Amino acid sequence: MTLGYIIYKLILVVVVFAITMVIAMYSTYAERKVAGFLQDRLGPNRAGPFGILQPVADAVKLFMKEETIPSVSNKTLFIIGPALSLLTACMTGVVIPWGKSITIFGESYPLQIADVNIGILYIFGVVSIGIYGIMIGGWASNNKYSLLGAVRASSQMISYEVAMGLSIIALIMTTGTLSVGEIAAQQNSWHWNVLIQPLGCLIFIVCAFAETNRAPFDLPECEQELVGGYHTEYSSMKMGFYLFAEYINMFISATVISTFYFGGYNMPFVADYVHNENLLTLLGVAFLFAKIFFGIFFFMWVRWTLPRFRYDQLMNLGWKVLIPLSILNIVLTGAWMMRHEILNVFIK
Amino acid sequence: MITTYLFYFLSFLAIMCALMVVFSKNPVHSVLYLVLTFFTIAGHYVLLNAQFLAAVHVIVYAGAIMVLFLFVIMLMNLNKDTEPHKKPWLKFSAAIASGLLLVVLVGSLKGAETIVPTNAFNPNIGLIENLGKTLFHDFLLPFEVSSILLLVAMVGAVMLGKKSIK
Amino acid sequence: MLPLTNRSKVVVKKEMSLYEKIYLPAVISGMIITMSHFFRKKPTIQYPEQKREFSGIYRGQHVLKRDENGAERCTSCGLCAVACPAEAITMTSAERKKGEEKLYREEKYAATYEINMLRCIFCGDCEEACPKEAIFLTDRMVIPEYNRKSFIYRKDILVEGIENDKRIDVTRRQTPAVIEFKKHKEFDHNRL
Repeated sequence: MTLGYIIYKLILVVVVFAITMVIAMYSTYAERKVAGFLQDRLGPNRAGPFGILQPVADAVKLFMKEETIPSVSNKTLFIIGPALSLLTACMTGVVIPWGKSITIFGESYPLQIADVNIGILYIFGVVSIGIYGIMIGGWASNNKYSLLGAVRASSQMISYEVAMGLSIIALIMTTGTLSVGEIAAQQNSWHWNVLIQPLGCLIFIVCAFAETNRAPFDLPECEQELVGGYHTEYSSMKMGFYLFAEYINMFISATVISTFYFGGYNMPFVADYVHNENLLTLLGVAFLFAKIFFGIFFFMWVRWTLPRFRYDQLMNLGWKVLIPLSILNIVLTGAWMMRHEILNVFIK
Repeated sequence: MITTYLFYFLSFLAIMCALMVVFSKNPVHSVLYLVLTFFTIAGHYVLLNAQFLAAVHVIVYAGAIMVLFLFVIMLMNLNKDTEPHKKPWLKFSAAIASGLLLVVLVGSLKGAETIVPTNAFNPNIGLIENLGKTLFHDFLLPFEVSSILLLVAMVGAVMLGKKSIK
Repeated sequence: MLPLTNRSKVVVKKEMSLYEKIYLPAVISGMIITMSHFFRKKPTIQYPEQKREFSGIYRGQHVLKRDENGAERCTSCGLCAVACPAEAITMTSAERKKGEEKLYREEKYAATYEINMLRCIFCGDCEEACPKEAIFLTDRMVIPEYNRKSFIYRKDILVEGIENDKRIDVTRRQTPAVIEFKKHKEFDHNRL
C-alpha cells in the first residue's frame, strides 16, 4: 500500500462523493421536469436556460430559510437524525464497481473504492442503519404526528428489507459470491443476471421502491393523514437533508439494480470492436451511467403513473406476496442448480 | 501497529457506550448507546478478519432487533412520571444480587488468564467460504436445530398474535 | 340518469381475477399511457413573453363611450343600474346647461357615474340594457389595487378620451347578430 495508492483512493472517494451529490441535486430538477412532461406541462424553466439552475436556486432557498428547532424537542437527536440519513445514503457508493480498472503508466487503478468480499451484506447493513435516521428524527421532534410517521416509515422499510434480502439470496446462489465487484465482472457481454433471475429482479426493484420511500410506496410522507410524516417539525437545510437523502438513495438504488441485475459496466458486443483497454473502461463507465439515468427516470416514471398503496395493502404486498414469492424463487433457483442431481435420483 | 491502537480505541468506545446504556436516564438514549456498542463490537469482528460476522451483526442486531426495541420504547413513552416507585428492600436486594454477580465475574476472569487456546487461531476462519463450510460440515446438526428453534419461535409468535384460536 | 359521454363505466365490486391480481399488466399499460403524454405537445403559454389573445367579446373593464363629436352618449336613464344583478352601478343625473352641447349629447347627463368593480360580475347586462350604446365592456383587465376604495371606478376612469387616439375600440363586440339587431328601427333600443 503505497502513498500514491492511498492518494488515488482518496481522489476516487471525493470524485464518487461529488458525482453522487451532483446527480442527487439534478435528480430534483429531473423529477420536476419529468413530472411536468408526463402531465403535459413544461416543468421549471425560468432559472437559467431550460431551468438548469433550478437546483442551485432551491439549495440557496433551503439554506436561507429560518431554522427552527422545537423547544420541547431532544436537540442533539434532532440534529443527528437528518445527518444520519444523509450519511448512510452516501456510504453505499463505496462498494459499487463504477468500471473496470484504468491503466496509466503501467499501473492499474480499479474504479471501485473498496472491493469488500461481503459487499452485498455491507449494502444491506448500511440500508438497515438508514432506518435510524428517520426514527431518531421522528422521535426527537416530540410530536405525535412525527412519531407515527417515523414508525410507519421504519416498519415499511423493515418489512421490505426482508423480501429484498431473500431475493438477493437467490442471486447469491447463482453468482456464488458476495462481492459486488465479482458479480459485476461475471455479467460480461450478455450474461446479465436479469435473464437468470427475472423474478428476483422484479422483487428487488419493487423492494427498492419501498426502501427509498418512493411512490407508490411513499407512505412515510403523508400530507393528508399525518401532517407531513417524520419530518413535520423540520425546516431549512435539515429538511433539505432528508429530501436530499431520498434522492441519493434513489441514485444508489438505480446503481445497485443496474450492477446486480443489468450487467453493471458491461457492454454487449463493444469489446469485439474496441481494443483499447482504457477506452473500453471509460465506455463501460458511460454505459453504467446511462443505465443508472434510465433507472432514475424509471423511478420517476413510476412515481407519476401509479397511485399510492393504502397501508394495509402495502403490508399485505410485502409480507403475503413478496416474501413467499422470493422464497419460491430461492427454491426454484436451488432446484435449477441441483437439476442434474435431482434427475439422477429419478433416473435411478 | 494500527490495529492495536484501533483495538484499544474500539474497546474504550465499547465500554464507554455500554456504561452509558446503564447510566442514561432516558431509555431511548440507552437503546441508541446499545446500538453504538453493537457497532464497536462489529468493529472488533472486522479486526479479527471476520467481515461476514461483522456485517451480519450490524444487520441483525443494529438493523433489526434494536429497531424493534426502539419502536416499543418510543411508543411506550417512558419518562420519570411513569417510572414505578421501588421499595427500599427491592433496591437493597438488587444491590446484593449484582454485587454477587460482580464477585463471580471477577473470580472467573481471574481464572481465565491460565486458559490456553487448544488449537491455533486461523485468521481466515471468519471469511464467508470457511464459515459456510464449517457450519454445513462440522456443525450441520446444531445449525439445523437452531433453525427449527427459530421456526418454533416464529410459529409461537403468530399464534400469540392471532385473535382467537379454535 | 342519462350519461353525458359514452366513456362512463359502471363500478362493480367483484373479485379480481388472477390476471388483475398480478397488477403488472395494469401497471405496464398505465406506464405506456404516461409515456405517450411525455412526447405530447405541451399546451403551455409562456405568459409574460407570450400572451393569449382575448376573445373579441371578452367582458372586461367598462367604458363609457362618446359619440363621433366627442359628446358623452350616456343620458343617465338608469337602465343599466336597474339591469345590474350585482347592483354595482350608481349614478346621479344633471340637466345640460347652455353651451355644454359639445360635452353631452342629450339634455340630461350623468353628473357622477360609479361602478364598483368588486361587485361587478362582468355579465354584460348593462351593455345590453343601454338604449344609447353608451356603456360597453372591453377586453381590458381591471388592474389590481391595494384598497377597496380604488375599485370604485368614477367617470374619470370610465369615460373614454375625446382625442381620436384615446378612443376605445368596441367594434369587435359588434358581432353580426348585434349589427343585424341594430338595423331594426322598430325596437325601442334603436330609436335615436
